[in-house]
Amino acid sequence: MVDAPRARRRPRPSSSFLRFLLRRLAALVLLAVGITLVVFVLTQLVPSNAVATNLGEQAAADPAAVAAFKAHYGLDKPLPVRYWLYLRHLLQGDLGQSSLTHDAVTHDLGQFIPATAELALYSIVIAAFFGITFGVIAAMRRNRPTDHVLRVVSLGGISMPTFWIALVALYVGFFKLGWFPGADRLDPGVLPPPHKSGLYTIDALLGGQWGLFAQALHHLVLPALVLAAFNVSLLTRYTRSAVLEVVGNDYVRAGRAKGLPERVVVRRYILRAALPAVVTVLGLVFANVLTGAVLVEKIFSWPGIGQYAYQAAVNLDVPAIAGVSLFVAVVYITVNFIVDILYGLIDPRIRVR
Amino acid sequence: MSTLAFRMRARRRGGTTRPAWRQPLAVAGGVIAIAWLVVAIFAPFIAPHDPLAQTFTPAQSPSGAHLFGTDELGRDVLSRVIYGARVSVPIALLLVSLAALIGGLVGGLAGYFRGIVDGISMRTVDLVFAFPPIILAMVVAAVLGRGLRNAALAIVVVAWPSYARVVRGLVLSVGDTEYVESARLLGASARRTLFRDVLPNVAGPVFVLATLDLANAILLLSGLSFLGLGAQPPQAEWGSMVANGAQYFQWWWMGTFPGLAIFTAVLAFNFLGDSLRDFFDPQTSWGGDER
Repeated sequence: MVDAPRARRRPRPSSSFLRFLLRRLAALVLLAVGITLVVFVLTQLVPSNAVATNLGEQAAADPAAVAAFKAHYGLDKPLPVRYWLYLRHLLQGDLGQSSLTHDAVTHDLGQFIPATAELALYSIVIAAFFGITFGVIAAMRRNRPTDHVLRVVSLGGISMPTFWIALVALYVGFFKLGWFPGADRLDPGVLPPPHKSGLYTIDALLGGQWGLFAQALHHLVLPALVLAAFNVSLLTRYTRSAVLEVVGNDYVRAGRAKGLPERVVVRRYILRAALPAVVTVLGLVFANVLTGAVLVEKIFSWPGIGQYAYQAAVNLDVPAIAGVSLFVAVVYITVNFIVDILYGLIDPRIRVR
Repeated sequence: MSTLAFRMRARRRGGTTRPAWRQPLAVAGGVIAIAWLVVAIFAPFIAPHDPLAQTFTPAQSPSGAHLFGTDELGRDVLSRVIYGARVSVPIALLLVSLAALIGGLVGGLAGYFRGIVDGISMRTVDLVFAFPPIILAMVVAAVLGRGLRNAALAIVVVAWPSYARVVRGLVLSVGDTEYVESARLLGASARRTLFRDVLPNVAGPVFVLATLDLANAILLLSGLSFLGLGAQPPQAEWGSMVANGAQYFQWWWMGTFPGLAIFTAVLAFNFLGDSLRDFFDPQTSWGGDER
């Protein structure tokens, strides 16, 4: 891996980290290739007739036209060749054209990703804040009423169907109370801020449009809270058990014994040791946000990737299905990869495995 | 990849194993679960109306005649919720059993034979885990064609790998223990070791996982139906009823009550699973955390 002299100059841990990183990176690439295979196989299984959908009735009846069409798209080739073609197009950034929007799938993704990214960002921040707080409280009050209540509530949180909370939230927050807007990212007819990141709140801030920022935020509140609900429960449970693992350690007792205020003990001693374990569920948190997005965006008419994926699946829009699942899976394994690496950085014991 | 997250999930939770306050949870979960099973079995006797019968009193808010109101076609929501139990609960039981069977078999073979069998099956597991469950389930359900059976199959596709992983890990670790080795040295056949020594150690964690998975299965199944990929109208199914309620959302009872039904059923299995986990083995603290 690293040649001898350099290895001697470098401290050992970093070389073990490098090896760990490379191994995980290789696994990531292999997994990504595997994903393309799965996606390809899935699209081949879709019971749709490309000839019938793309050619007119007359052309479809003409064998020569059909053969020309098939040859043009490589549909007359055997499966391995088609997979190879698919990979080549992929490497050129060509995901095909959606049969629903008649746009390039990459273009569609670029349109829909920011909406979901913004939603996910806010909901994860909310979930992390409340989840970690509740988890610490539950652990510090272990087996006391507060703990019991928090555990029942968190079990409740992972039991609620997200799409149902969304509906209830929309009914109460929008229809009954009128506190929140009901749909979309901005009020009807309002132009989005100049496109920089695609996240309206950030773009509005960058452009100094305070009113627009407030409006975008207002639209985000309900869906972000609904999306956060499941993850708050999840993080509460993980934080609680992570804190319980460190809370009995000697250094915590030492911190208390030397008279540090409880707040400092919790923040500097306990939380700092417990948080790395919480980081490992980030992949799960991400998957949950995505699940939520698929189910919740429909109710809030949120123009995001969840809606796109859902529309693609329901309408058997093959290129869109392939593109969206490929994109989501790659992001998902990348998140898990980053979590793995972070954890390897924090806890060197992981690297040897 | 996610093996690390998995390992973390499998870590021991510090502290006590079975606090007394958990017993009420198990009892509550058991009671609710049994109640839903009873409702599912005796639905025709419990339901006050035909779940599919349309009347000329659509969109009635809850009243004495219709406790949960009526939907846009004048169907009794309470009766539909009751009949919905016949869909979600049994199908979830069936599909989780199937997933546990397939996953257990694959995991058992992988752990027992190791080598190439292990390699191939675990890479397959990794591949399934590379997709967020809902995305894969949604695509598979769509590819197979809309309908309850295909939605259930799609959930089996995303659910079996966790059993394969758990069972493989258990078989690997149990296979290395001294008592299994001594049984082998005493001349016990492979089959005997598997069934007498390995299986009992595997059954507990798998049972816990399956109970928690029932909760996930009900959620995912109703989610797919909510998206229109599962149960098709006019069948009374909780997820699609919520979807319908979302279309007429000023009539809150249409979506609220079926949603509550999903919530209570899922909660029951989460309560049960959480308590069972402590009972069987505090080391496999999985958390009811995957949807």
